[in-house]
Amino acid sequence: MRRVAILGAAQTTFEAQKASLAYNELVYGVVRELLDRTGVSMREIESMVTASQDAYDGKTISGMAINEVVGAYLKSEAKVAADGLQALLYGVARILSGEFDLTLVVAHCKESEGDPSAITGLMFDPFVQRPLGLDENVAAALQARRYCWRRGLAPEDVALVSVKAHRQGLKNPYAQRKGEFTVADVLASPLVVDPIHELEAAPRSDGACALLLGSEERARAFTEHPVFIVGIGNCTDAYWTERDVADARALEEAARRAYAMAGIREPAREIDVVEISARYAHEELMAIEALGLHPSPVDLIAEGRAEFITPSGGPLCGNPPTVSGLVRAVEAYWQLSGEAGAHQIEGARTAVAHGAGGICGQNQTVVILRRE
Amino acid sequence: MPRRVAIIATGQTKHAARRLDVTIAELITEAVTRALEDADLTLRDIDAVLLGNMEPFEGFLFPELWAVEAWGGYLKPSVKFNTGGTVGTTTAIAAYYYVASGIYDTVMAIGFQKQSEGHTQTAITTVGDPIWERSVMAGAIGNFAVMATTYMHESGVTEEQAAKAAVKARRNACLNEYAHLQMPDITVEDVLKSEMLAYPVKRLDMCPQSDGAVAVIFAEESKAVRLAPRPAWIAAVATAHEQQYMGDSPKRLAEMRSLIAASRRAYQYAGITNPRRELDVAEIYEVASFAELAMYENLGFCAKGEGGKLIDAGVTELTGELPVNPSGGVMSTNPIGATALIRVAEAALQIMGKAGRRQVEGARTALATGYGGNAWTDVIILTREKP
Amino acid sequence: MSGEEKTLRVPFLLDTEYRYAVGQYGARFFTELRDHARLMGVRCPECGRVYVPPRPVCGICYRELHEWVEVGPEGTIVGWTVVRIPFIDPMTGEQRPVPYGFAIIRLDGASTSLYHFLDETDERRIRVGRRVRAVFREKREGSLRDILHFRLLEGEDE
Repeated sequence: MRRVAILGAAQTTFEAQKASLAYNELVYGVVRELLDRTGVSMREIESMVTASQDAYDGKTISGMAINEVVGAYLKSEAKVAADGLQALLYGVARILSGEFDLTLVVAHCKESEGDPSAITGLMFDPFVQRPLGLDENVAAALQARRYCWRRGLAPEDVALVSVKAHRQGLKNPYAQRKGEFTVADVLASPLVVDPIHELEAAPRSDGACALLLGSEERARAFTEHPVFIVGIGNCTDAYWTERDVADARALEEAARRAYAMAGIREPAREIDVVEISARYAHEELMAIEALGLHPSPVDLIAEGRAEFITPSGGPLCGNPPTVSGLVRAVEAYWQLSGEAGAHQIEGARTAVAHGAGGICGQNQTVVILRRE
Repeated sequence: MPRRVAIIATGQTKHAARRLDVTIAELITEAVTRALEDADLTLRDIDAVLLGNMEPFEGFLFPELWAVEAWGGYLKPSVKFNTGGTVGTTTAIAAYYYVASGIYDTVMAIGFQKQSEGHTQTAITTVGDPIWERSVMAGAIGNFAVMATTYMHESGVTEEQAAKAAVKARRNACLNEYAHLQMPDITVEDVLKSEMLAYPVKRLDMCPQSDGAVAVIFAEESKAVRLAPRPAWIAAVATAHEQQYMGDSPKRLAEMRSLIAASRRAYQYAGITNPRRELDVAEIYEVASFAELAMYENLGFCAKGEGGKLIDAGVTELTGELPVNPSGGVMSTNPIGATALIRVAEAALQIMGKAGRRQVEGARTALATGYGGNAWTDVIILTREKP
Repeated sequence: MSGEEKTLRVPFLLDTEYRYAVGQYGARFFTELRDHARLMGVRCPECGRVYVPPRPVCGICYRELHEWVEVGPEGTIVGWTVVRIPFIDPMTGEQRPVPYGFAIIRLDGASTSLYHFLDETDERRIRVGRRVRAVFREKREGSLRDILHFRLLEGEDE
């Protein structure tokens, strides 16, 4: 049975505004770095999957802006219009099909160029919701409140996620926002939409990342310890107002499929590191539960036993949408290849990367990596 | 040897200028329901759903979110594509790879667009780079017009020869119960006399803007054989892109670099050395009449510069040696998010023997192409025989 | 369709603002244009193609582009049209005034072509191969609009 490995990864630093770089320059930088790190030449790569959202780029068919820099001239590239981790899924399918040995996967987004509130406002149905002036922050706030009510959580409990994330960010040279904050600091930060505070929401961010996928033969020629993709799962939930947003059914289902494929029975015991794509602090708590890592996420964090969860700091430290999910795979890969630097989790062998898209995480992706 | 994949069923809406009777969700459901009926399957049998749509052509961004029950995505894996005109074939090709990979056994690809709800030429102009192209671009019409003049200059093709393609399209469409523009009495003179939009493109040379949706179901070999009396096997898929900007390709339609590369790759994969002889039918993505003739050349149906002669000789008529666009093509029906997938569906119908009055007798090898953006190209070859 | 007047429809205006980064290559091009009314391209060290618009890599060779060369201000029409159909300009939200001449122009020294306006709206006077010259605005701000349009030149075609 054919298998797919990750041969290399690269990410840009994340910044509030990368004003001096056009999209093609931004993406060229990260692709160039990836090729240099892996020693693979663009001549050898025939297949590319990119992820970008036209609404954020302000350009219809936003992949056109980067197709030369990802080496796609006369080659086979496709752009998924979804969270970047979905681009990795499609890249895996292309290699498993047997047609390609290598596939480049790239995601980019510059939130600074548009108005995320207006853009995310367009996700809402035009008949009964858009007239209300909703955006993703409002929806997230409603979800946060309901989830906290369901679990009996106080604002201080959710704030712990932010404290942990920003502290982790101090060890991540790519992180945009980082620092040693207290719960009081978090709750004193300005309200985005009640009950979500600024330090509990991903800041607006610009950046890109890239991964190189390869067949097993390529991987074994490359390294003694290939990192294989051993499980994938994706699931779509109902529209946000047609489900209980305190439930995480789609993530539970995506995780179930990924775990089954990877032969994981006890996630809490068998997984060494998890990178969760939480753009709001409460989402990390929901994901820890849905991934089967712990039934009381707040206790886990409060007791200091959650260092293996999103050691990069995650989107709260600055990852734009679309890139959020794919950079989790970059971080998870580096954990297994031993390249995670100051935030390395020692001895990590099995990692989970998580991505989400849509209002209140309507679509969820789980990818499981294992180092041999 | 990759896992064999076939198309086992299709479903289309009646495409029209304005489908005021449905929301975009209901439009999609119409196509999905028909495809499932055609396959005699229910949503339970579908492992994953792939969507193709061009945002923001109807003022919807992220249309897949609120209409999820309409396209059958609830609790299923799904992903959306929006690669421009090629989105339909991008989605079909992704469906092929997902099934060939073994990750899913049965995948439904859906293409949809409710163009009447937006301003198409304005939206297409946003394809232009905002710094280098957008302030001068004039939608697809302007783009095809400037490309057509280059092509006419290189090849000597005339407006009259191009008009023949426009006539063929709207007459063929009369045999297609789903087609939008059906004009049984259209003549070359009608086309030549129609309103000049941007020289040399006249109103009847150009594709319409349509509301419509299409769903195509892909399955792995053992399911395909069990579920379809005559599955349409995917013998080859190929994608090739151009460089970044609209002005990068030196000869534009006269030499479509990406179409040449993708088609040759697909022919090689499928073992085709003489496309004109070995293809029985072609459903190509011709945005305008001039483009169809140029595509004949770039696909290798005739020598360079001979596109006009090919249509003069009647080779691509429904009764000719290589019928092109028996469905009426893009010039008759163009809901952009669906259009390229309709090419795939129509090519599949030909192989499956379900093309009704537009059936090319004994079709065993069919070609479908997608075109979009800055001359991006997809090519798919379907065959009656297993590859 | 009968009863069209009775169909309920929800109007919606899609109006959202973007601020696009011009980038390093764009900045160099537009600065030259603004300050010196000069047009520049970048040359590939491997194939020698000169790219306008400039960009980080030659997509054909996948080599970085660093050699800037002057191109134009004259060029040749590769393809052209006169746009007569009115449509809403997405940059302004207003209808763009028609008719206007518009062409793909290969500037002298460039391997790729640029889209821009022509100062002519009579189809009988425009041909592929006609020579044109960029007409620059007096007051330039560093954008493609610093070129007002291209003027058809009399004389021999290429």
